[in-house]
Amino acid sequence: MTDATASEPAPNKTKSSILELDDRTKKRNAAEARFKFYGMLAVGTGVFALLLLLISILSQGIPAFFQTYIKVDITLTESALDPSGNRDPEEISKVMTFSYDPIINDSLLHLAEELNAQHPEMTVPELQDQLQGMISAAAKGILRQNVIANPNLIGQTVEYEFLTSGRIDAYMKGNIDREQAELDSNVTPQQLDIADWMVEEGDIETRFNWDFITAPDASELRPEAAGLGVALIGSAYMMLIVFCLALPIGVAASIYLEEFAPKNWVTDLIEVNISNLAAVPSIVFGILGLAIFINYMGLPNSSSLVGGLVLTLMTLPTIIISTRASLKSVPPSIRDAALGVGASKMQAIFHHVLPLAAPGILTGTIIGLAQALGETAPLLLIGMVAFVNNYPASILDPATALPVQVYNFTQRSDPAFVERASGAIIVLLIFLLCMNLIAIILRRRFERRW
Amino acid sequence: MLVFWFFVLLIVMCLIGYVLGRRKAVAASGGELSSLHSLLSYHGWNVALSTFLSGTTVIVIWAFISSLIGALPTLIGVIIAVLAAVAAFGYSYGRIDRDFRARNFVEGLIKGLLIFASSIAILTTVAIVFSMLFETARFFNDYPWQSFFFGTNWAPNFRGNSDLGMLPLLWGTLYVSFIALLVAVPIGLFAAIYLSEYASPKLRAFAKPMIEVLAGIPTIVYGLFALITVGPMLRDYFAQPLGLGDSSSSVMTAGIVMGVMLIPFVSSLSDDIINAVPQSMRDGSLGLGATSSETIRQVVVPAALPGIVGAVLLAASRAIGETMIVVMGAGAAARLSLNPFEAMTTVTVKIVSQLTGDTDFASPETLVAFALGITLFVFTLGLNVLALYIVRKYREQYE
Repeated sequence: MTDATASEPAPNKTKSSILELDDRTKKRNAAEARFKFYGMLAVGTGVFALLLLLISILSQGIPAFFQTYIKVDITLTESALDPSGNRDPEEISKVMTFSYDPIINDSLLHLAEELNAQHPEMTVPELQDQLQGMISAAAKGILRQNVIANPNLIGQTVEYEFLTSGRIDAYMKGNIDREQAELDSNVTPQQLDIADWMVEEGDIETRFNWDFITAPDASELRPEAAGLGVALIGSAYMMLIVFCLALPIGVAASIYLEEFAPKNWVTDLIEVNISNLAAVPSIVFGILGLAIFINYMGLPNSSSLVGGLVLTLMTLPTIIISTRASLKSVPPSIRDAALGVGASKMQAIFHHVLPLAAPGILTGTIIGLAQALGETAPLLLIGMVAFVNNYPASILDPATALPVQVYNFTQRSDPAFVERASGAIIVLLIFLLCMNLIAIILRRRFERRW
Repeated sequence: MLVFWFFVLLIVMCLIGYVLGRRKAVAASGGELSSLHSLLSYHGWNVALSTFLSGTTVIVIWAFISSLIGALPTLIGVIIAVLAAVAAFGYSYGRIDRDFRARNFVEGLIKGLLIFASSIAILTTVAIVFSMLFETARFFNDYPWQSFFFGTNWAPNFRGNSDLGMLPLLWGTLYVSFIALLVAVPIGLFAAIYLSEYASPKLRAFAKPMIEVLAGIPTIVYGLFALITVGPMLRDYFAQPLGLGDSSSSVMTAGIVMGVMLIPFVSSLSDDIINAVPQSMRDGSLGLGATSSETIRQVVVPAALPGIVGAVLLAASRAIGETMIVVMGAGAAARLSLNPFEAMTTVTVKIVSQLTGDTDFASPETLVAFALGITLFVFTLGLNVLALYIVRKYREQYE
């Protein structure tokens, strides 16, 4: 912007009408429009990034909730499973998982013969061979558990629905085709043909898979059986610990700092400390947990207790900051009125101020919990990445957490686990969404403006 | 398990104590409740709290001592704690009479608890610093600090003889953070300006929460996004056609995704700061004939600049300490390179990789993680303190 126009003679100016824009005004207006456009672009980019993120996770993850099952009639031969014939559960459980392999194979022979009758282009042994590769490696374990639970089934022919192997499942979901199957050592194009035939018969179908949510994790070789059960329980334990510890400690600390603390350097130190702790990288809390809780205090590695303690320390600053804000928003007249009718300071706060601040405190706590639920890095350091496939019975047992399970899935080579990881993220996001919705509803319903 | 049953017992004792304390106070008043100094419930709380606190304190001290001088039998600790609880029960119960100042006593106890709760924040910081300092000192006993801070080669070898130079990790960290800020600062700042100065209330009510949702998404989600979407996309459409590399995890991947994560951080902080600039300054500028954009560029932003700088510094500290996105998006190879499409690694990634799996806490390869941790802590702490100082100083200007 130069002052050149200002120094020009006046008559020149009178010529221009206010309705007709001169060059400089046009330029300025263009700059204005550009600036506004940049702003819109920035907001648009933010919203676009959010949508892209959600769409990519959802589109990858939703198939994880569906799984392909194959129907097989299994003849549970007595001679193999219960040679003595007395149906003693203890004896039956001595039969190891690999002994169920021949049983499944024999039953597959029947299936192969049936298929051969309709599709003579493949011989029976060929068919049987291919079918073996189509059933999940988890099948024999499931079969064994089922037989141990119901010994009376021995000797009968029972129809079972087993998971298909991860590749057949991927084919049913349209993730792989015959060309890829040629190159893949885990699946053959023939298996895909068989799968097509069996779909026509109704013997293979894809449906909603509750096991993905409730089953424990499975080994690298059978992605189709991997579930989130252990992770969900671990996360629930940790949330419980965080809630039971962080809420009372956080509220107590805020009450002291907001209502009682004298203004001196100690209080200042605590306040600076809390605002700094809120910004310390989460991984540092993991190092703290590893060094203090595990190495020094000797608490069990990868237990939900240690995870809960670390997350408690991490969420405390969040809870303290929000609790102090809601205590501050209760007007002093409430305190004055209580003190005026003879309440002690403690009574005024616990009987009058705290109940009025409670919705705000709860909202802050829920948001803190949501943060803790999604936290991964510190949990990696305290050993929660370990492969756990037993449900933790107490907070001292090894467990994993939902976000750590996601990380775990992504570290495995089989691409089927990517789908599982995205599915787990969906479960995590649903939990977070619910928690935030509860926080918003609480705030809407109970928050008072003074 | 023993400790669990101890606490069950303690809580039962507290309940009994509450009831008995109340009852004794009623008896002491001789039927005339108003003659008591304190309300009945305070007499109950007096017994319950004394019992609980003495039992808990003893068991905690016992656990602390046994962690200092080696394992002491838990059973003896529990017995001593129960005895202490019983003694406290008897003492506090015996003190109840008509003039006993139960309220003052209970309130004193509660205040002590409140002070203890607020000191946990300090304890945490002390624990963080000490836990890392000790292990770092052990690390520097085995490994010269000059080669750690100024070494340019990172090649840990669990059989010993490793090169543990921090510079490649630091370079990776700073490079990723730089790209993240390059994405987040312009977008976040313009979004904040647009939403606070131009947007209609309707648009603001829609777009502001949308952008803030980005802040509530856990970092593991961003990590997965980097791994399955952004990484392959950058590789297929940019890195490979340009001949810059064929790795899907790269500085660019991690940087862009981290930038997206930081957008709400920059935008909501800047939004607050821009809103704190007094309206009179805008009115003055507009009154002189400036357009809105001129007002923003020449009046509002300069006035808000210190605050915005603070926000950017806070975002930078977030970026440096961020773990999951770089673990999943940036790769694991430590190298000093300028090519943003190459995989590089950061301080946080190496902390994770050195401390997970089978670790031996005597080897420098494991202990180096603590040295890295304390470097990270000091770095982020410095940035935070500086940022908070700037923000606070700025806020005072207009208040």
